[in-house]
Amino acid sequence: MAFLSNFPKAALQIQLKSAGARCFASTTTQSSKSKKTLAKPNVRNVVLVEGVRTPFLMSGTDYKDLMPHNLATKTLSGLLKRTGVDKDVIDYVVYGTVIQEVKTSNIAREAMLSAGFKDTTPAHTVTQACISSNQAITTAIGLIAAGQCEAVVAGGVEFMSDVPIRHSRKMRKIMLDSSKAKTTGKKLQLLWKAMSPAVWTPELPAVAEFSTSETMGHSADRLCTAFGITRLAQDEFAMRSHKFAADAIQAGLLTDVLPYKVPKVAEYITKDNGVRPSSLEQMSKLKPAFIKPFGTITAANASFLTDGASACLLMSEEKALSLGLKPKAYLRDFVYVSQDPKDQLLLGPAYATPKVLDKAGLSLADIDVFEYHEAFAGQILANLTALESDEFAKKFLGKSAK
Amino acid sequence: MAGRFVGVFRQISTVNRSLARVSGDHGLKNFFSTTARMDFGKYLTYTVKDGIAVAKFDEKDAKVNLLVKFDEKDAKVNTLNRGTMAEFQEVYKEITNNPNVKGMVVISGKADCFIAGADINMISDCKNVQEATALSRNGQDMFNNLENMKIPVVAAINGSCLGGGLETALACHYRIAVNSKKTSMGVPEVMLGLLPGAGGTQRLLKLLPFQTAMPMMLTGKAYNAKSGKKIGLVDHVVEPIGVGIKSANENTMEELEREAILTAKGLADGTIKKPVRSKKGLNKYIDMFASSRLGNIFWEKGVKDAVMKQTKGKYPAPLRIIEVAKTGAQQGPRAGYEAEAKAFGELAMTPESKALVGLFNGQTALKKNKFGKPEREVKTLGMLGAGLMGAGIAQVSIDKGIDVILKDVTTQGLSRGEDQIIKGLDTKVQRKKITSFEKDQVLTHLEPTINYEHFSKCDIIVEAVFEDLKLKHKVVREVEQKIPEHCIFASNTSALPITSIAEASIRPDKFIGMHYFSPVDKMQLLEIITTDKTSQDTAASAVSVGLKQGKVVIVVKDGPGFYTTRILAPTLSEAVRALQEGVSPSKLDSLTRGFGWPVGVATLADEVGIDVAAHVAEDLGKAFGERFGGGNINVLRDMVTAGFLGRKSGKGVYLYQSKSKKRPENTEAKAILDRYKLDPKPGNTDEDVQYRLASRFINEAVMCLQEGILANPMEGDIGAVFGLGFPPFLGGPFRYIDLHGAKQLVDRMKKYHDWYGVAFEPCQLLLDHAKDPSKKFHTR
Repeated sequence: MAFLSNFPKAALQIQLKSAGARCFASTTTQSSKSKKTLAKPNVRNVVLVEGVRTPFLMSGTDYKDLMPHNLATKTLSGLLKRTGVDKDVIDYVVYGTVIQEVKTSNIAREAMLSAGFKDTTPAHTVTQACISSNQAITTAIGLIAAGQCEAVVAGGVEFMSDVPIRHSRKMRKIMLDSSKAKTTGKKLQLLWKAMSPAVWTPELPAVAEFSTSETMGHSADRLCTAFGITRLAQDEFAMRSHKFAADAIQAGLLTDVLPYKVPKVAEYITKDNGVRPSSLEQMSKLKPAFIKPFGTITAANASFLTDGASACLLMSEEKALSLGLKPKAYLRDFVYVSQDPKDQLLLGPAYATPKVLDKAGLSLADIDVFEYHEAFAGQILANLTALESDEFAKKFLGKSAK
Repeated sequence: MAGRFVGVFRQISTVNRSLARVSGDHGLKNFFSTTARMDFGKYLTYTVKDGIAVAKFDEKDAKVNLLVKFDEKDAKVNTLNRGTMAEFQEVYKEITNNPNVKGMVVISGKADCFIAGADINMISDCKNVQEATALSRNGQDMFNNLENMKIPVVAAINGSCLGGGLETALACHYRIAVNSKKTSMGVPEVMLGLLPGAGGTQRLLKLLPFQTAMPMMLTGKAYNAKSGKKIGLVDHVVEPIGVGIKSANENTMEELEREAILTAKGLADGTIKKPVRSKKGLNKYIDMFASSRLGNIFWEKGVKDAVMKQTKGKYPAPLRIIEVAKTGAQQGPRAGYEAEAKAFGELAMTPESKALVGLFNGQTALKKNKFGKPEREVKTLGMLGAGLMGAGIAQVSIDKGIDVILKDVTTQGLSRGEDQIIKGLDTKVQRKKITSFEKDQVLTHLEPTINYEHFSKCDIIVEAVFEDLKLKHKVVREVEQKIPEHCIFASNTSALPITSIAEASIRPDKFIGMHYFSPVDKMQLLEIITTDKTSQDTAASAVSVGLKQGKVVIVVKDGPGFYTTRILAPTLSEAVRALQEGVSPSKLDSLTRGFGWPVGVATLADEVGIDVAAHVAEDLGKAFGERFGGGNINVLRDMVTAGFLGRKSGKGVYLYQSKSKKRPENTEAKAILDRYKLDPKPGNTDEDVQYRLASRFINEAVMCLQEGILANPMEGDIGAVFGLGFPPFLGGPFRYIDLHGAKQLVDRMKKYHDWYGVAFEPCQLLLDHAKDPSKKFHTR
């Protein structure tokens, strides 16, 4: 997870994508104390100038007929318009995405060309499951810190309305061979092979780990059980997230959202459509989505599959100041962690939080706001339970106590 | 694992006493609250949670739960059982009469074992058919009581649920099982020459289709949770939980218990319905037919013929299983249970069952490393030679996480070997033993090479180069330059004395023999050979490597042919003599298979390789002289010269065509045999041919014990059965003598001695046993 320090309120909405995309943040506020200076000697200060995003819609709703780069294009052009920064200033573009549209496999490049950026500006796309767009941001930080670039746009895009569904391996082989088959006999042979029903069964992209074949929701449900997170606790936490999001929308705090015009849809899209505060009673009626019938994760306490895109502008501090731009945040440090893909797949925050704090020389008391983006309410609660536990700290973090 | 099975609870009296204290409804309103909990006795704990009684098997001080464990000193098994039964019934009455108990969960306190069965010794201790039959009846009654409980009973299964364990689960009304590799549900009694005697034969056939239930009982096939759900053995699968604040095992067991309680509650209040398992489609009609008199064709043609074909009628247990299952299906449960108890009692007293139980006990005993823990763990194995053997040894090593440096002389040889390994692992993927991802991880442990570059990392070297002493000496000298001080050198040879190979070594204390059997990934036996100079720690290391590879390991002293090759050689020699006397190869095969060998001896010679057989016959002939004579050694020599090396060369005693399964006899080999034709002795019967082979085999085994090549009879039995295919129902050469008497064998040998001379001279130890029938090789 990327870690943003000296950045007081949860205003930067960088979409963290995973196959099951999410848009709920858990925000914990601590009492503010005096700030330490986190500037590092001999390392350039990297600043966040601005961030924008499209509204996040449930997949299969209003965005469904678009292509993914359409959404990314909107954020790229919108970012320049909002900041007034000239396209010549942008040295590089980097995007994160999880499930790739094969036609636009380097979607960063396709989107920035559509957005009217200079065709001499290089761009690349990164992927690292749920944290792909954070990987894009930290790639940008690295480029600036290393003196390679002065201004980089980093973003993320995911489009679950149209995931690539493939022909079966057998069918693909027949199709590839058919171009080489010259004689009628060979062609008939291929045709005969294509008669089998198995050949016609398509391959859906599984929201599953290759190594364990387990889907994320399944893993999350098991994680909740492992940490004793009840259904009720999950529902309550999900309700809280929905309420905060709804309040923020109501109060007009989500200034990063750009209105989106979908062709043939009468109204402009201006709001996330998955924020739906409900009642515990309503939520308790839902059946578990993954582990049936005794699982605890339901559609109500998990985030929805999402379409959306985001972009942010990062610069070296000197560059931003020379252009007269006011940095919104200083990006100080980050850390990535990995664990057992089977039983600790979704336990990253529990490992990353203490690690990044230690790295930056900070303690819990120094932080005003933590923001975690995860797909399941129960997952956040499991991570918080782990962080609350001395046992866990001793066993897995190599610390004497939490 | 063939295992442990049927029986009855022992500590029931304590259950009853404690139950009296389970009363009142305090705390029932609290979800999951414990209203009463008491630890009583050694075997069971009992709790009432949220109106559901949770009976937890958790035998203290034991790794596995046994359904029943009787005190060996306890002679009055029968009466004790009746007393236990009576008390057990009271427990059920108590639970049924307690209005606060709405359901019951049967679960284990151990994460990797539900109930592994009953203590085998309990059956071995039965003195007669009546005692064993009574054991079965008691088990049946107990499980009938369980099944007849008015409240829903849920079995919550994680880990091994075998034999009596599965019978317990079958008597419950609903089964939930954890989807883990450790969960294994089956009735392996047939492998011990028995049948599931606590209602298993009846309940399995009632629950599952004929076509699933019969193979399960007849082969001992076990199912995991998911496949069990598919066939209808399991009603609900519980996903294993990972580590949290608590360990993965604790979390999984808690979740299993939670879901079991919810299930029991659901069944009690009607929110969960017991799935009505209507047998569908073809199965429905097969089952209908099988349970009518008209269906005899299924039992006779479908099942019995298949069993007879495989067992030649040598194993009574599968035949009795068919009989008992058929009785239940056609004449109803009362007759079925009666037949089951009777058959169980009779089977328990058969020599076949005693032989198989002996093998099982031996196998279990050999899982321990008698040399103790080696000073350092073997992490890297250097494998010299990527042939059939070398690649096989590499495969079983990487499979268990040992790093293997596989060296061959040529890249072609190496590539062939690696292909063999990949193919072997792919088969495991196809059978869903591992995932293709796990296969990739396993293969990462393999480092194929044609030089000695990384051999400095090796903890053990296993050489499987060509069987030539000079070549082996050269390899030893070469490799010892490249390996670290602590590294063990093991030679995989089937006949060359380890002491001779070790002469080239500068550290004979680190030198040892590891004799694998081909195909290595299928043959269970590993014969380890120590010389006078081999150190204890070297032996400990080699045994621990073998155990890690999943082998059944016996350790023998060095000598010509060690143990296994030495006892096989005179048998093969006798086989050649029989061929010279005009017995055709297929006739010889059918005679030996008829005796109970899984592979006919003529086929065996082709599988081993005629060249190898010739080599061994020559070497051992030199070492042991005339006693190892029999067939003319020139028969084998001429066959080798003619290129008839056995299956590997396409021609041996038989002809092997690439695509056809048919193996016609090799007429050219027949021509060679004709050149060395002998007249059969007058009066020589088919049975004589069988016993000529077997008696030489057995006599040589006993001689190995007499000379101290073998440490004990048990390892001799295991080696003969698992390495050479000695008929398992005879239990090995030593068990055979114990069960069938030495005298009859010695008498036969006297007759053959008159015919053929010294080859049939019984050894002293065998004569001693013939003279005094009270002498036994095995105490149990």
